[in-house]
Amino acid sequence: MFRFARATLAFLALAFAVPAQAAIQDENADFTEKLEIGISTDEIAITSDFRGADLTIFGAVDGFDQSLLAQGRYNIVVSLEGPKDNATVRKKERVFGIWVNTSSMTFELVPESYSLSSTRDIETIAPPGEMGNMGIGVDHMRLVPLGFVGDGSNLGEFRNAFRRIRETSGVYERDPGGVQFISSSLFKASVRLPANVPNGVHVVRAYLFRDGVFVAAKALPLRVVKTGLEQFITQAAHQQPFFYGLMAVLLAVITGWGASLIFRKD
Amino acid sequence: MTIYLPIAELSVNILIILGMGAAVGFLSGMFGVGGGFLITPLLIFYNIPPVVAVATGANQVVASSISGAITHFRRGTIDIKLGTVLLCGGLAGATVGVWLFSLLRRIGQLDLVISLLYVVLLSTVGGLMLWESITAMRKAAKNQATPLRRPGQHNWVHGLPLKMRFKKSKIYLSVIPVAGLGFCIGVLTSVMGVGGGFIMVPAMIYLLRIPTNVVVGTSLFQIIFVSAYTVIVQASTNYTVDIVLAFVLMIAGVIGAQYGVRVGQKLRGEQLRALLALLVLAVGIRLAIELVIPPKDVYSVVSAGFGF
Repeated sequence: MFRFARATLAFLALAFAVPAQAAIQDENADFTEKLEIGISTDEIAITSDFRGADLTIFGAVDGFDQSLLAQGRYNIVVSLEGPKDNATVRKKERVFGIWVNTSSMTFELVPESYSLSSTRDIETIAPPGEMGNMGIGVDHMRLVPLGFVGDGSNLGEFRNAFRRIRETSGVYERDPGGVQFISSSLFKASVRLPANVPNGVHVVRAYLFRDGVFVAAKALPLRVVKTGLEQFITQAAHQQPFFYGLMAVLLAVITGWGASLIFRKD
Repeated sequence: MTIYLPIAELSVNILIILGMGAAVGFLSGMFGVGGGFLITPLLIFYNIPPVVAVATGANQVVASSISGAITHFRRGTIDIKLGTVLLCGGLAGATVGVWLFSLLRRIGQLDLVISLLYVVLLSTVGGLMLWESITAMRKAAKNQATPLRRPGQHNWVHGLPLKMRFKKSKIYLSVIPVAGLGFCIGVLTSVMGVGGGFIMVPAMIYLLRIPTNVVVGTSLFQIIFVSAYTVIVQASTNYTVDIVLAFVLMIAGVIGAQYGVRVGQKLRGEQLRALLALLVLAVGIRLAIELVIPPKDVYSVVSAGFGF
């Protein structure tokens, strides 16, 4: 699973010549700086021994100001965002002596995994308002409740609980210092795919800040797919559920029968 | 050594899963139960999503009950007719159970209901069995015979209409309580992922007064079909049967069961029942404690994919 990290180096030379494919351009017109990023692969395969993966993203800043760069006033934030899905937070309360889920809140389309890497702590890169507007970082992620939430007084506690649980379970991560300049304009960022990574389309996003002001952003898709047997099983389970169930039972029958034949005492 | 579970969508240590399967298989072979009531809580404890644990547990029960039922079939200790009546009730129960499972999953109370059912059933059955086996052991110490079935004694069950003759069991019994028992076990199978042997066996002995020698075989016979049906229905409606996880559990389980059977044969009946009772009680108490003590985190997060 880690071979693409090595392959990235070979890709490095290409990263300058070939513009990143299928990029979602986003630039601040007031600045001349341009941001380019590249990853060695646009697809990660989940195999039977999948244990998560470290992904290295290379990028370059074009049209930068030499003196500002020397003073370290350029900052880069790179995020790897998993596929989005609705997530429900439930709260337990004691009812008649036992703990029962009593209230819940569903947040609309939040990423199932999120790994953030930056040149330094993102709170020191730009004012919280700016990060909040752009939705960068776990603390600024947009958490929009679905449906009726009453007077909204408990919105804060549910949002905090959601962030805390996702971070402690390791699917949301941050690494201040995970982005390093390897030459004047070249940088390297490492982000992590957790072992219980959701498969689907992930998005790598890179943001360039100058003196706390957003300058440019770039995004690249990264597909995480099950392969081989894993893919076959998932497809069968969802497309031919009845036959899949039948096969599961047949497997059990053969195993049970086989065991009683092998261990037969006579 | 890790293995990726395609349906549960997470990586687990294969050795832990093998160990679980073997340990549960050993116990199920020793006591003649399917072991579903042990494997499902263990899987949930090991972070397998409960929806996957329940459906996959049922699949593992199919393998272990087939292995056991074949042995009983060779010995001629299965009452097919009685098993079929139980089965009719069981299939109806399993259908209702899967529907109930989806409903509870939607309203977010599935984990509570599963835990409560486990606590109530395991403590009741475990308590009753322990009491019965201790009484039997005391009597055995005084050299008194302890017939599990007291011929001639009748309870309200024997006054019901629609009676049918079950030749192999040598009983004449109404089909209502038999199918009713099957129905209840069927519901439990699909909601809890258990075969229900640990409830079925005592109920058949004490409530229906069916001779002990055919009880285990007949219960295993009907559990095969109800669990198999549950697996297919769970696979079709909830897509939660993880065939990789099930296969690893089965392999370890059937091997463990063979050694369990050998150890079981060396113990006396009432000793075996007392041990099983203690095991059942222990699991029940463990789950009860979890419901009562304040949880580490009162919040929990689920994403729509595994809405549970």
